[in-house]
Amino acid sequence: MPEMWTRLRPWAFPLLLLTTLEVYVRRVSASSDALAPPTQALKAWWALLWLTTDEGLWQVTGFTLGTAALGLLLGAFLGLVLGLILGLSQRAGHMSFLTIEVLRPIPSVALIPLTMLVFGFGVRMELSVVAFATFWPMLILTQAAARQVEPRLLEVSDALGLNAWQRTKWIVLPAMVPRLFVALRLGVAVALVVAVTVEIAANPHGMGYAMMIAQQSMEPARMLAWLFWIGAVGTLINALTLRAQHWVHVRMGGTLPQTSQAST
Amino acid sequence: MKPTPCTAWIKWVEPVAVLIGLLAVWWFASHGEWVSRVFMPTPEATWESLLKGFSNESGTDAADLRVASWQTFVRMLLGWGLASLIGMALGTLIGMSVVARQWIAPTLEFLRPLPASAVLPLAISIFGLSPGMVLFVVSFGAMWPVLLATVQGLANVEPRLREVAAGLQMSRTAFAWKIGLPATLPDILAGMRLSMTVSLIVAVVGEMIASQPGLGQAILLAARSFRASELFAGIVLLGALGFISNALLAGLERRLLRWQRP
Repeated sequence: MPEMWTRLRPWAFPLLLLTTLEVYVRRVSASSDALAPPTQALKAWWALLWLTTDEGLWQVTGFTLGTAALGLLLGAFLGLVLGLILGLSQRAGHMSFLTIEVLRPIPSVALIPLTMLVFGFGVRMELSVVAFATFWPMLILTQAAARQVEPRLLEVSDALGLNAWQRTKWIVLPAMVPRLFVALRLGVAVALVVAVTVEIAANPHGMGYAMMIAQQSMEPARMLAWLFWIGAVGTLINALTLRAQHWVHVRMGGTLPQTSQAST
Repeated sequence: MKPTPCTAWIKWVEPVAVLIGLLAVWWFASHGEWVSRVFMPTPEATWESLLKGFSNESGTDAADLRVASWQTFVRMLLGWGLASLIGMALGTLIGMSVVARQWIAPTLEFLRPLPASAVLPLAISIFGLSPGMVLFVVSFGAMWPVLLATVQGLANVEPRLREVAAGLQMSRTAFAWKIGLPATLPDILAGMRLSMTVSLIVAVVGEMIASQPGLGQAILLAARSFRASELFAGIVLLGALGFISNALLAGLERRLLRWQRP
């Protein structure tokens, strides 16, 4: 019995909050345009689930996740390549640090109007803002990871007479994998947040826009349904990447105990 | 890797040269019309827009970049300050009690991945399009990093310090003030740094959506009327704002964490 209680405990507080909201809305502001009881939101979510048009749950969610994934792919790839170069060559890292420090603080949302101007609305504008936002953490963390590769491994590669490409492929990249996964996990979280933000601010597609439109058409139940859904999708993806990171960590730990120790 | 000539002179010049090189690429790209002028103004035009925005020749408030920057800065700072205070207070309340931590912390973990801007529609429908609404969303979104850092930091306070407090028969409040919060300060400051970034982003988005005066609105209007040089000037200013606030916070962190270094 006590074990079951411990399992249920995390759900108690949200349940209390939702019940309070339910009672409050039904009692105090029944005819509100701003709030809806959570049960109504659930009903709205159920209706969205079975909608097969472009405004259906899966189509809209697919747009946001797909665009976020494409943007992450682009941003993470560029960040990885540049981070490797700047991390492996001390001189290159030193030369570019000022430029990075000048460009990095630009908030990603500042690019929304610019990308709107260049690409118009759609996938490309959202993708490029996501790529910009995920590029910087990936660059910084890859650079740090490349610098922290065990020096003795590099000595081994010198002793083996490997050239730069072979050294990167066989020694440096495998040694960096656990750290890269931490960076990638951060990137996934950033990509999702930025994608939804772009949709709320400008791009008329995806979950953020669906929520915005529900608010503007005074349908608080649908708006809350989207809000909860965005939270649920974010949590699910977070949990999945955490598990993937753990899995990679264990895998790499099995083959390369040294790196797993270094990354804890 | 070849050994590099390590004179101080070269070390100082190289990073600057790379930055100037980037500006040169921009200059060539815009003058050679590699990209249409509609999207990419020349560096000179951007500089001119910056100067014009700061001298306020047009006389209107909306085009005045000085006013807009100040408004965004104040919005960000106010939201960040509120977020830090509330985050620390709630975080201490939750973190100090084991029971509260067990019951409430999982919910906080659930809320963490929720994009701060996703609360905007809800806040609009409750508060309307007002400056207070934007401030609410900024501080709400920026609160989480501080709150979670405080809870986590308090949970990881060195157990021997707890024993010391128990030995001295300190009250809970005294423990929080004298041991808990100082020991958690590094975590809290790291959280506050993250929440500074979040507050700038949410402030800009809020200005865009709720048409509150500020840089967010200024760059959106500039883009809508195809004034690329003003748009770039706004982006430059937002970058400067992020840079300055980050530098200020790094300085504060160094001062407050002096005790950590031997």
